Amino acid sequence: MKNVNELKAIHEKMKDFIALRTPEGKAEPGYRHVLVCGGTGCHSSGCDAILKALRASITAHGLDEKTTVIVSGCHGLCALGPLIIVYPDAVFYELVEVDDIEEIVTSHLMNDEPVLRKVYHEAIIDGKMVPYRETDFFKYQHKISLRNCGVIDPECIEEYIGRDGYMALAKSLTEMKPADVIEELKASGLRGRGGGGFSTGMKWSFAAAVESDKKYVCCNADEGDPGAFMDRSILEGDPHAVIEAMAIAGYAIGADEGYVYVRAEYPIAVNRFEIALNEARQHGLLGADIFGTGFNFDIHVRLGAGAFVCGEETALLASIEGKRGEPRPRPPFPAVKGLFGQPTVLNNVETFATIPQIILHGAAWYGTMGTEKSKGTKVFALGGKIKNVGLVEVPMGATLRDVVEKVGGGIPNGKTFKAAQTGGPSGGCIPASLIDTPIDFDNLLAIGSMMGSGGMIIMDEDSCMIDIAKYFLDFTVEESCGKCSPCRIGTMRMLEILERITNGQGVPSDIEELVDLGNHIKATALCGLGNTAPNPILSTIRYFRHEYEEHINDKKCAAGVCKALLEFVINDKCKGCTLCKRKCPTDAITGEVKELHVIHQEKCVKCGICYDICKFAAIDKV
Amino acid sequence: MKKKMTTVPFQGTAEQEKQLHALIAEHCGTPGAIMPILQKAQAIYGYLPIEVQQIISDGTGISMSEIYGIVSFYSQFVLNPKGEYAVSVCMGTACYVKGAGAILDRLAAIIKVDPGEVGDDGKFSLDATRCIGACGLAPVFLVNEDVYGRVEKPEAVDGMMKKYME
Amino acid sequence: MDKVKIKINNREYEADRDATILEACRTAAIEIPTLCYLKEINAIGACRVCLVDVKGARAMPAACVQPIHEGMEIFTNTPAVRAARKANLELILSDHQKDCLSCIRNLDCELRILSADYGVEDEHHFTGRLSAGVPVENEDAAIVRDNNKCIACRRCVAACNDMQGISVIGPNNRGFDISIGCSFGVKLGDVPCIACGQCIVVCPVGALYEKDDTEAVWQAIADPTKHVAVCAAPSIRVTLGECFGNEPGTFVEGKLAASLRRLGFDGVYDMDFSADMTIMEEAAELVERIQNGGKLPLITSCSPGWVKYCEHFFPEFIENLSSCKSPQQMFGAIYKTHYAAKLGLDPKDIFFVSVIPCTAKKFEITREGQSAAGEGIRDVDAAITTRELARMIAKAGILFNELPDEEFDSLAATGSGAGVIFGTSGGVMEAALRTAAETILGEPLEKVDYEEVRGSKGIKTATYKIGAMDVCVAVASGTANAHKLLTAIKNGEMDVQFVEVMACPGGCVCGGGQPTHAAATRNFTDLWSKRAAGLYANDKDKPVRKSHENPLIKELYSEYLGSPGSQKAHEVLHTHYQARSKCVRKPEI
Repeated sequence: MKNVNELKAIHEKMKDFIALRTPEGKAEPGYRHVLVCGGTGCHSSGCDAILKALRASITAHGLDEKTTVIVSGCHGLCALGPLIIVYPDAVFYELVEVDDIEEIVTSHLMNDEPVLRKVYHEAIIDGKMVPYRETDFFKYQHKISLRNCGVIDPECIEEYIGRDGYMALAKSLTEMKPADVIEELKASGLRGRGGGGFSTGMKWSFAAAVESDKKYVCCNADEGDPGAFMDRSILEGDPHAVIEAMAIAGYAIGADEGYVYVRAEYPIAVNRFEIALNEARQHGLLGADIFGTGFNFDIHVRLGAGAFVCGEETALLASIEGKRGEPRPRPPFPAVKGLFGQPTVLNNVETFATIPQIILHGAAWYGTMGTEKSKGTKVFALGGKIKNVGLVEVPMGATLRDVVEKVGGGIPNGKTFKAAQTGGPSGGCIPASLIDTPIDFDNLLAIGSMMGSGGMIIMDEDSCMIDIAKYFLDFTVEESCGKCSPCRIGTMRMLEILERITNGQGVPSDIEELVDLGNHIKATALCGLGNTAPNPILSTIRYFRHEYEEHINDKKCAAGVCKALLEFVINDKCKGCTLCKRKCPTDAITGEVKELHVIHQEKCVKCGICYDICKFAAIDKV
Repeated sequence: MKKKMTTVPFQGTAEQEKQLHALIAEHCGTPGAIMPILQKAQAIYGYLPIEVQQIISDGTGISMSEIYGIVSFYSQFVLNPKGEYAVSVCMGTACYVKGAGAILDRLAAIIKVDPGEVGDDGKFSLDATRCIGACGLAPVFLVNEDVYGRVEKPEAVDGMMKKYME
Repeated sequence: MDKVKIKINNREYEADRDATILEACRTAAIEIPTLCYLKEINAIGACRVCLVDVKGARAMPAACVQPIHEGMEIFTNTPAVRAARKANLELILSDHQKDCLSCIRNLDCELRILSADYGVEDEHHFTGRLSAGVPVENEDAAIVRDNNKCIACRRCVAACNDMQGISVIGPNNRGFDISIGCSFGVKLGDVPCIACGQCIVVCPVGALYEKDDTEAVWQAIADPTKHVAVCAAPSIRVTLGECFGNEPGTFVEGKLAASLRRLGFDGVYDMDFSADMTIMEEAAELVERIQNGGKLPLITSCSPGWVKYCEHFFPEFIENLSSCKSPQQMFGAIYKTHYAAKLGLDPKDIFFVSVIPCTAKKFEITREGQSAAGEGIRDVDAAITTRELARMIAKAGILFNELPDEEFDSLAATGSGAGVIFGTSGGVMEAALRTAAETILGEPLEKVDYEEVRGSKGIKTATYKIGAMDVCVAVASGTANAHKLLTAIKNGEMDVQFVEVMACPGGCVCGGGQPTHAAATRNFTDLWSKRAAGLYANDKDKPVRKSHENPLIKELYSEYLGSPGSQKAHEVLHTHYQARSKCVRKPEI
C-alpha cells in the first residue's frame, strides 16, 4: 500500500458490512450473516461437516443472495461447539449437529423463526430467547484482545480492515515518531500478558535505545501452559492484529524483521496466520516501503517442537536459532542481545493483540480499565469443574468470584467451589476463602499464585490438592530443560516426596522439606520456569496444609483421588447383578447373583472399574 | 523423558531421500534452519531414525551430537515410527482433571502398547501428548485425525476403538 | 582498563568495568565456589553453586556470568548465600554416585572439595533415584565414562564442541533425564572421537577418566622374563610435580628419572631423544618435498589426536601428513630393533612403556603400521599418562619431592633443546626449523629462537627467509583452530609450506593426560604459560639446542639408520594413515 488513503478506502467499503454483526448493525430485511465457528475446539467437534451441510442447504433453498456464510474464529464457548451465530438477530446455536442444519435454514433463515431447541441454553429465559450478548457469559466480558475473535473472517484481511484494522499501523507510521509510540505504550501501563507482567513500553524502549544495524521483533506464540489457549484463539480468529502490532513494534524499535514462534500443535492457527501474512504482503502492509514511508517489515513463522520451557524468552530465541531450547542467564537481556545476538523485542500474542487498540484509542482510554498497576483487560481460559468452560476476557481487577460465578456460571453438578488454579505450572491455587480477591498481576503474586498466561482451572470438593500439585510438578519435571541443578534435580526430589505422600508413605517432616526445597528452587534456579516451578506446591501447602497432613498422618485422601489411600467397598445398595464381579481384572470381587458382593482388599488393585460401571451407586471409595 | 529407540528396521525409499536432499538444499543458508529441516524430515519419514539424522548432518554440517541433542530435547521429535493408527491422549490440565490418566491406561490395555511406543506389528502407537487446545471437549483423545471428546468414562473408550481393532 | 566502584560485603573496591562478580571478588581476595564455570571454556551459569546476593536483585545471580556495574553491592557470605550453595551441592550430590573412597578422583574431586569447604554435613540429605543408572563405559582405548557420577555441568561438552570443534558429545534428552553422551547414546568408539582427552581434564568429578593401563605395567615389572623400558615425554618434566603439590610448571626432570628407576623399570629414557629423531626425519622430509615439488604443506604428525582428527574430518590432507611416526612410536621402534640388538635382547621380551601427556597416545599404540620389530610386536606396549604415573609413584610409596635428581639412562640420555620444546605448541615447528634451515643452507646458523611461533595463540603464522627462499609456516593448537587453518589452506586463502598441528590447545603441556586442576585454580592461573616457560627455560640451558647436533643422534644414524629419510629409516620410523568415517556407527537393534 503506497498510502493511507488506500487503507481508508477499504475501511469505508467494509465497515457497514462488518457492523452488521454488532448491536448497532443494520441490514436489509432477510439479509443475514451466518457465522460458523472454525476454531480448534469446534473443528475437533466437527464444524467442517456443519459448514458443508449449511452451504449446501443455503444454496438448495436459493438463499445465496440473502445469506453470507462466514467461518469465524473462536467465540470462547468451546465446550458447546460446533457453534453457529446468526446476525443481525444475534442468535447463538450450540452443539449443532448436521441433522439440525436443515431446520435452522428453513425455520430461521427462511421464516425468521429461530430453532429454540438448539439456541444457547443460557439465552433461553423462561422459554423466551434473549440475544446471546445479554447472557452472563457474554455480558460481563469486555473484549479488547479478543474483540475480533468470532466476529470476523480471519482469512479475509478486508474484514479486519473494516474493523479499523491496520489503522494503528497507519497512525504510527504517518503521525507518530518511534519514540511517541513507545511513550504511548509506557503511558498506557500495558504489561506483558505472557507471564512476568513486565512493562511492554519499557521493554521496547530498551531495544530502541541500543544502536544496531539489525534488530528483531519476536512473537511468543508457544503457548505452553496446559489449559491456556487464548493465544491460539487470537491467531486463529484475529491474526492480523498480531501482524499489525509486530509491524508497529518494528517501527518503534527500528527492526525490519520479525519471527512468530508458534506451537506446532496449533495447525489451524499456523495455517490462518500464514494466510494472513500473505494477504498482508499482497496488500503492501508487510514488505518494503509500507504506506510509502520507507518503513520495511516482514515476518517469518517458526514452529515449536514441544518444549514448555521455550515460553521463556531466551529459550525461545535459542530455539529459533536452531538450538536446544535452553534458557541462558540474563543479562544480557534480549533487548540488548537477543535473536542471533541482535537487539530483540519479544512479546506474546495477547500482548501484541492489545497494542493496535492502544495506539488507536490512546493510553488514557486504556487506562480507564483495570487497576492502578494492572491496566486493561485479561483473557482467561476457564477450565476444570466449571459450567462455562471457555475463553473469557474481563477487566483487570474483576474478582475471582465475578469470573467463577458470573462469567463462568458457577460449579456444575451442585458441587462447591474449592480452589482456582491460575498461572498453570508457574502459578498456584487460590482457595475459596480468597474468592473476592480482585485479579491483577500483583494481587495474584501476593497470594502465592501468578497471572501467567491466564489459565484458570476451577476445582470442586472432588479435587485432591496434593494430586493437583503433583500433576503440575510432574509437568514441570517433564518440561524442565535440565540445565541448572536446582530445577533439574530439585523438582524431581520434590516430586518424589509428593509421590511418597500420595502413596501413603509420607512422613510428617515431608511438608517442611517441601517448603524448604521449594523456596530454595525459587531463589536459585536459572530461569523463570525454575523460579516458579514450586509455586503449585507452596501455594497448596499454604492454603491446604490440612490435606497434606491428612494424607501423611491419616493416610486418607478425602477427595477420593489418591488411589493408594482408598478402599473400594460395596454398600447395601448392591443388587447382586454380578457386573462388577465379571469386570474386575483381578478377581477381587466375590458374590452370588442377587446377593451382596464383597471386594477383597488384598486382591484389589484399585483400578476403579467397579466404581465406574456400577449402575446402583453401590460402591464407595473410603 | 528419555526417548525410546526404535526396534523397527529402517525402510526409507529413494524417493524419500530425494525429498530430504531437496529439503536440505532449500533451507541451506537460512539461519536456524535445523528446526524446520527436522520437522519437515519427520513429515517425510514419520520419525527421525539415525539414518535420516546422518543425512541431515552430512548435508548441513551440523554434528550428529548436536542434532540428536535437539531431537531428544523437543518432545515432538520421535525416534519411533507411528503406528498405522496413532493414538494420542491429551494430558492438558483440563483433560487431566477430567480423568485423562484413566483413559490412557484403558487405551494402553486395549491396544497392548505402552505410552511412547509402537506395537511390534506397527498397527498402533500410543502417546500421551501435551495440551492440544481442545480443552472444551475434555477429556480428549485422537486416533490419527479422528477426535474423540467428552469421553465420560474410561470404558467408553472400548466402543470408540472398536472400528480400529478389526 | 576502565574501573567501577563496587561494594563487596560492605567494603568498597574498585574493579574492572567488564569483570564478572566472580572476577571482581577474586581480586578482593574472596573466592566464590564454581563447578560448571571454567574460564574461557564454559560460562553457562548452570550449576548455581557460585550464587551471591546482590542488593536489589530479584534472585541470587550466578557470580560466574553476572557482570558488575557501578555501585553494585555484592554479598558473598550471608546466611542465605551459604544455605543456597550448600543446598545446591546437596542436590547435586543426590544425583551423583558417591563411591568416593574408591573413585579415581577421590583426592581432587571438585565436588567433594566444595562439599567439604561449603558445609555439606549430610551427603544423603536429599535422596531419590539416580538419573543415569548405566554401566561404566570402558570399551574405548583411551577414555572411560561413568555417567553415574556425571553432574551435567557440561564442561566436557564445551571442551569437545566449542574448544575442540569435534562435537561428539552433548546433552541428550532433557530435564532430570539429561545425559551427557554421544548421539543415540552410542559409545565413544562409534563416533569420530579423537581421544584428545580434553573432556577428562575439564571434568570436575570422576565421570570421565583415562583408561588405566598401570596394571599391565605393574605386571610387566613384576615379570622377571620381561625387560621393561620406559621413556618420558618432554612435557612430563614440567607437569608431574603438580601431582605432588608443586606449582604448575615446576621442572622436575631429575626426580622424574629417579622415580621411574625406583618403580623398577629396567631402562629409563628421555623421549626428548626420539623427538630429535623425529626432527631429523621430518626436516629431511620437508626439505625433500620443498626441493622436489612434493605435496605441500607438510603437516606434522606427532600428535595422535590431530592425526585421527585429520583422518576423520580432513582426509584430503592425509597425503600432507608427515609419514614420520611420533616420538613415542619412534622410541619404541628403535628400542625394539637397534637397541634390542645392542643390548642383546629379543624384542619379544621387551615391554616398552611411554609416559605421555596424552590420552590419544593410548589409541596410537594400537594403530596399524606401528610394529617395526615385526608382526605382532607393537612398538609401544603401554602408554600411561602423567596422572597414571603419579598414581604409580604414590602407590609405590615413593616420596617424590624427597627424591634426588638423577639422569636418564646413558643409552639415550640426552635430548637437545629442540626435543624439549616439543612439549608445547610451536615447539615442533621451531625444532624443525632449526634443523631444516641448516640442512637447506648447508651451514650452521646463529639463530635458534623462532619467537613468532611461540605463545599461546591458537593459530600462529610466520615467514622465514632461508637463503633465497621464503618459507611460510603456520602453527595451530586445538582442533577447532586446526579446522580454521586447514579450511583456509583448502580455500586457497593461505599459502604455507610447513604446518604444525597439536590436538590440544597449547600443545602437550596442556594435553588430555596432564594433571587436572580445580576450577578455582584454572580460572585464575594460566597453566599453559607456566608449563611452557619451564620447557623454554630448559631449552635455553641446554648445551645442544639443535636435533642434528645431538651426538647420540649422530651416532644412531652412523651406526644404524644411515641418513635421514633412508630406506632403513623408513622401515623403522615411518608409518601410514587411513581415511576414517565421520559418521555415527548405528547401534545394534
